[in-house]
Amino acid sequence: MVENRPLLTVISHLILLVGILLIALPIWITFVAATHDEARMLQAPIPMLPGGYFWENFKRTLFGSGLSGTEIAPVWRMLANSLAMAMMISLGKISISLISAFAIVYFKFPFRMGFFWLIFITLMLPVEVRIMPTFQVVANLGMLNSYWGLSIPLIASATATFMFRQVFLTIPDEMLESARIDGASPMRFFWDILIPLSRTNIAALFVILFIYGWNQYLWPLLITTDADMTTIVMSIKQMLEAAEQSPQWNVIMMTALLAMIPPVFVVISMQKLFVQGLTETDK
Amino acid sequence: MLKRVHFPTSVLPYLLVAPQILVTLIFFIWPASQAMYQSMRIEDAFGLSTEFVWFENFQILAEDKQYFETFWRTIIFSACVAFISMSVALFLAGFADRVVRGAMAYRTMLIWPYAVAPVLAGALWVFMFNPTLGIFPYLLEFVGYDWNHYLNGHQAMLLVILAAAWKQVAYNFLFYLAAMQSIPKSVIEASAIDGAGPVRRFRTIILPLVSPTTFFLLVINAVYAFFDTFGIIHAVTQGGPAGATTILVYKVYNDGFVGLDLGGSAAQSVILMILVISMTVIQFRYVEKKVDY
Repeated sequence: MVENRPLLTVISHLILLVGILLIALPIWITFVAATHDEARMLQAPIPMLPGGYFWENFKRTLFGSGLSGTEIAPVWRMLANSLAMAMMISLGKISISLISAFAIVYFKFPFRMGFFWLIFITLMLPVEVRIMPTFQVVANLGMLNSYWGLSIPLIASATATFMFRQVFLTIPDEMLESARIDGASPMRFFWDILIPLSRTNIAALFVILFIYGWNQYLWPLLITTDADMTTIVMSIKQMLEAAEQSPQWNVIMMTALLAMIPPVFVVISMQKLFVQGLTETDK
Repeated sequence: MLKRVHFPTSVLPYLLVAPQILVTLIFFIWPASQAMYQSMRIEDAFGLSTEFVWFENFQILAEDKQYFETFWRTIIFSACVAFISMSVALFLAGFADRVVRGAMAYRTMLIWPYAVAPVLAGALWVFMFNPTLGIFPYLLEFVGYDWNHYLNGHQAMLLVILAAAWKQVAYNFLFYLAAMQSIPKSVIEASAIDGAGPVRRFRTIILPLVSPTTFFLLVINAVYAFFDTFGIIHAVTQGGPAGATTILVYKVYNDGFVGLDLGGSAAQSVILMILVISMTVIQFRYVEKKVDY
């Protein structure tokens, strides 16, 4: 602190607390809605304090049919789908980016820069701008309604490749020299030296990519028509649509809560890695 | 770029880049070129034959008043989202930078909305503003204001802006706080000795020194508002009422998958691609030389 201004310090804390409360308000309302029964959630001033139906709603949402009168898969199934998709996307992105960065940094081969630029271009082509044709490609390959279709088209990553390239460039050349003197093959060098040295970067990237994968919306919406392949994030929209006829806000909000707990938990519990990952990938 | 010491040429590097390159070619380059090809074709009303028309689809778009309005709406939407989320974040970061104790605890409490999916953010806000049940319409009724975003286009727009900005505050806060904490203490102390109060210091020292971050965040927020807010709009308003919240990305989706106008949708995709490419170029050319003082 530069100077001692107790009043300003108190005001700073107050403003920050108000900011936190305002930011948390939507989540609080969601949580409260998930703790009441259906009838209470239909009366005009909705409650602002939690009720006693949390476990009942929890069990009904997670293991029951969820929203009654719809063809939505049970929530545990959707959570499993989301987990599979998020894991496949994040691990897929990390592994293919690691090996391509390794090739680009440690090998001299024709078209090296050509490959590098090709990967760079993917940065400029987000799913949103090539929706129709990508959908057609996936349909032609017979990958609709499968985990492969959900994850593989999203796993090319320019940012991850750049990040690993950056990390490898900071590893001293002597590492490679001594490894070669000791007779290590390229893949041996990769597994025994590069991977252990970039462990924290991999972890940081994993945190970011897990959230990215879990929160995918447009892509799963396009390529899954089978109720069994629905992801939890997608299901919210279907439930909101169903809510226009018969609102069961307690179930909808419980589902929303279940959908956001895994990524929020990841951010809060691995905050340091998360911050590192954000700042490394975006700059 | 390349290591001074490297492995001899073999087939290995090709095998290593192969997965990434294959995915890129099949799911990025090929669809993108298909989009360009389709953008120059028009399908007849029954989908039986297509005709190559060069730039007619673009010409149709250029003359389409609705597309023009969508373009403008997207820009206004993005500007509002960026402005609201960045100013709230800057304001909070300014105070968090001041407090000695607990700055990191505050950070924890403020960054978690980053992890909430856009469509979930939309669901939370649409519930809070539900005209019959929501808490805010209920409160607004006391001051005599009638809220119904299903009917009122301006209210619908305001709602999606708020939901989109709410989610993005976390990200901006994180970057502003990091930028402020990396300003050398001696600079702040010197100005304090010269008699500058906290507000003056914030305006004349901190704000200019975080301006590279501001510029960087402006680009990131624009990209976010243009492309990542699809989920929010799809959940909250579906582009309505009467197209009042249809932004470019939503229109590509809607014209392609709902309206089945393949040529028109592809032409819009190509325009979006040009937009992303220019934003990426701006980001790399100007933002690269940034934040280190």
